[in-house]
Amino acid sequence: MGVLLEVENLTVWLATRRGPRKAVDDLSFRVDSGEIFGIAGESGSGKTMTAMALLGLLPHAARTSGRAVFEGRDLLAMSPGELRAVRGRRIAMVSQDPSTSLHPMLSIETQLTEHMRHHLGLSGSQARGRAVELLATVRIPDPERALGAHPAQFSGGMRQRIAIAVALACEPRLLLADEPTTALDVTVQAGILRLLDRLRREQDLAVVVITHDLGVMSAVADRICVMYGGRVAEVGPRRDVLTRPRHPYTKGLLDALPHPESGAAALRPIPGGPPPLGEVPEGCPFHPRCGFAVPECRTDRPVPALVEPAHESACPPDPLGGAA
Amino acid sequence: MSSANPTAAASGAGQRARSGRGLLRFLARRLAAAVLLCAGITLVAFVLTQLVPGDPATANLGQRAIGDPAAVAAFRAKYGLDRPVPLQYLTYLGNLLQGNLGMSQQSHRAVAQDLAEYVPATIELALFAIVLSLLVGVALGVVAAVNRDRWPDQVLRVVSLGGVSMPTFWVALVAFYLLFFKFGLLPGGGRLDPGMNAPPHLTGFYTVDAALGGQWDVWWSAVRHLVLPSLVLAVYTVGMLMRFTRASVLEILGNDYVRAARAKGLPERVVIMRHVLRPAMVAIITVAGVAFGSLLSGAVLVENIFSWPGLGQYAYHSAVNLDLPAIMGVSVVVAAVYIVMNLLVDLLYGVIDPRIRLT
Repeated sequence: MGVLLEVENLTVWLATRRGPRKAVDDLSFRVDSGEIFGIAGESGSGKTMTAMALLGLLPHAARTSGRAVFEGRDLLAMSPGELRAVRGRRIAMVSQDPSTSLHPMLSIETQLTEHMRHHLGLSGSQARGRAVELLATVRIPDPERALGAHPAQFSGGMRQRIAIAVALACEPRLLLADEPTTALDVTVQAGILRLLDRLRREQDLAVVVITHDLGVMSAVADRICVMYGGRVAEVGPRRDVLTRPRHPYTKGLLDALPHPESGAAALRPIPGGPPPLGEVPEGCPFHPRCGFAVPECRTDRPVPALVEPAHESACPPDPLGGAA
Repeated sequence: MSSANPTAAASGAGQRARSGRGLLRFLARRLAAAVLLCAGITLVAFVLTQLVPGDPATANLGQRAIGDPAAVAAFRAKYGLDRPVPLQYLTYLGNLLQGNLGMSQQSHRAVAQDLAEYVPATIELALFAIVLSLLVGVALGVVAAVNRDRWPDQVLRVVSLGGVSMPTFWVALVAFYLLFFKFGLLPGGGRLDPGMNAPPHLTGFYTVDAALGGQWDVWWSAVRHLVLPSLVLAVYTVGMLMRFTRASVLEILGNDYVRAARAKGLPERVVIMRHVLRPAMVAIITVAGVAFGSLLSGAVLVENIFSWPGLGQYAYHSAVNLDLPAIMGVSVVVAAVYIVMNLLVDLLYGVIDPRIRLT
C-alpha cells in the first residue's frame, strides 16, 4: 500500500470580519491507498476545512499554505481547472446530511450520471447502465426505478447510500466522507459504515472519515488522527490510539463516550469548549482545558513526536505515562 | 415521505399516477378559489364605483342636458342607475355570467366587444415585456450574484436601482425622444405602420395572427411596434427581477447541494444553470407573476404615450368619463388576468420542483 495523499504543513486562513484567522494550523498527515483514515475532533477543530482545502472548495477569500500531494501532484498548487478535473474524478466527497447534499429537484439519474458523462465522456445510455450498477452496489432496491425518482422519495439511510453511489461514480481513489453518519438514525449508521468498509476493500479506495464520534472511528478506521484547534493532537493506528491514548485530549474524548456496561456515572465531559476561530491559545491549544498542563504548555508549541512505532502525540510531557 | 421506506422507488409508477391526481385536485381547488375571488373582486369594484363622488349622468351628458331633469332621468333609466344598488349589482352579476358586461356609455357598444378588441393588444404588449424582462433580468441577476461584491455586481446594482426608481413616464418620454424622434430607429406609436391593415382576427395578437396568415410584412411591423413600449414597460420589471434573481441565487449558492455539485468537478456553468438556477426560479417566477400585474397597470401610462390601443387607454378613458360598465369590465378582466397568471405560476412550481407534484 503506497502513500496516496501526503499533507504537509497545511495551514488554512479563513476570512473573518476581523481579518484572516487560522482554521487549520500546520497540519501534516498521510493517507495510504486502500485504508480508512479517520480524522476526529470537536466541531471547530478544523476537520471539515481540511477536507474543503483538499477539494479546493474553501469559502470565499480563504487562503492556504503548505502542500497536499495526491498521486504525485500538489492539490494546493493546482489551477481551478486542474482541480475540477480531479474533483469528482479522483477525489470524491460525501457530506454529512444527504437530505441537503442531494439536489432536491433533480432526479437520481441526473445526479448519478452528470459527472460520469462529463469526466468519463460516457453516452447517456452507458452512464445509465453504470448508474444502475452503482445503485445495486450500494444496495438500493430496484435500481432501475430508483433512477427516475427524486431524493425526497427515499429515507435518510437510502439517501446517504445514493450520495455514496454518486461519489463513487467515476471510480475515485480517495473518498472524503465528512460526518457520513451523523445525520442518520443510529440503526442505519452501522450499515453505512459497513458499506464504506466493503467498498474500500472491493475498489481499492482510500476513505478519509471525518467525525466527532470516536465510536464511528472504532468501527472502521485503520488509523486515526485526533485534531484540536486546527492541529494534530495525536495520530496513530486505531487500536493504539483508542486503547493507549497518549494525549490528554484523546483521553478526554474517550472518557466522554458512553459505555453502556459501566453506567452513566462513567461519563466525564471535557471541561470548557473548543476555542473559537482565531482564539486558539498560545503554546499547546488544549492547555486551558487540560488537567495535566504544566507551565511550559502555555508557552511552548508542541510538535507531534513518535511515542511508539507509527503513533505520534503532540503532548511532550506525556502525562498519561505511555503504555509501558 | 421521509419515513424509512426502501420500496418507495419501487412504487414509482404508482407514485406518478397518484401525483397526477394530486396535481388535478390541487388545480381544481385553485380554480374554485379563483372563481370565488373573481366574484369578490366584482363586488369590491362595484362598491368602489358607487362610492366615487361623481355622477355618470353629469359626466356623460352635456352642459345643457344637466339642466334638463328629463334628460338626466332618461339617462339614469337607460343604464339602470335609478334602481337600488344591491339590485344593480345582482343584475350585473347575472349579466356577467352570460358574458354580458353591459353597454359602454362612451363607445355605445357592448363592453365585452370593446374589451375583446383592446385586451389582446395589452396582453401581447405585457407578454412581450415580461419575456424580455425575464431574459434580461434573470441573466443580469445571475451575473451579479456570481460576481458578488466585485465590479460587475456594483455596476448592475446601480442599473437595477435605476430601473426600479426611474418613473415610467419619464423613461417613456426619453425612450420616445431618443429612439423615435432623434434617431428614428423604432416607430413611435400604434400597433402597425400607418396604412397597414390589421391581420385577420384570430387571437387578437397581431404578431400571432400575422404569422398564422403568413403576412410577414405585417408581422415585422407588429414586432417593431412592440419593441419601444415593451422596452419602456420592462425597465422597471428588469430591475425588480434582477434584484430578486441575485438574492435568490446567492441564497441557493450557500446550499450543500451546490457544494456537492462543485465537488463532482462539474464546470461552473453547469453548476449554475442546472443546480442553482432551477431552485432559484421558484422565487423568480413568483416575482414575475406579480411583475406581470404591475405591467398591466403600467400599461395605462405607456399605452397613452405610445397610442397603443389597449386596455390601459380604454381604462383611462372610461375612468375619466365615469363610464361605470366599462370600468367594471376592465376590473373584471384585470382580475381574471391576475388569477390566470397566479394559476400559471402555481403550475410552474410543480414543473420546477418535483416535490410539489409528489406530495
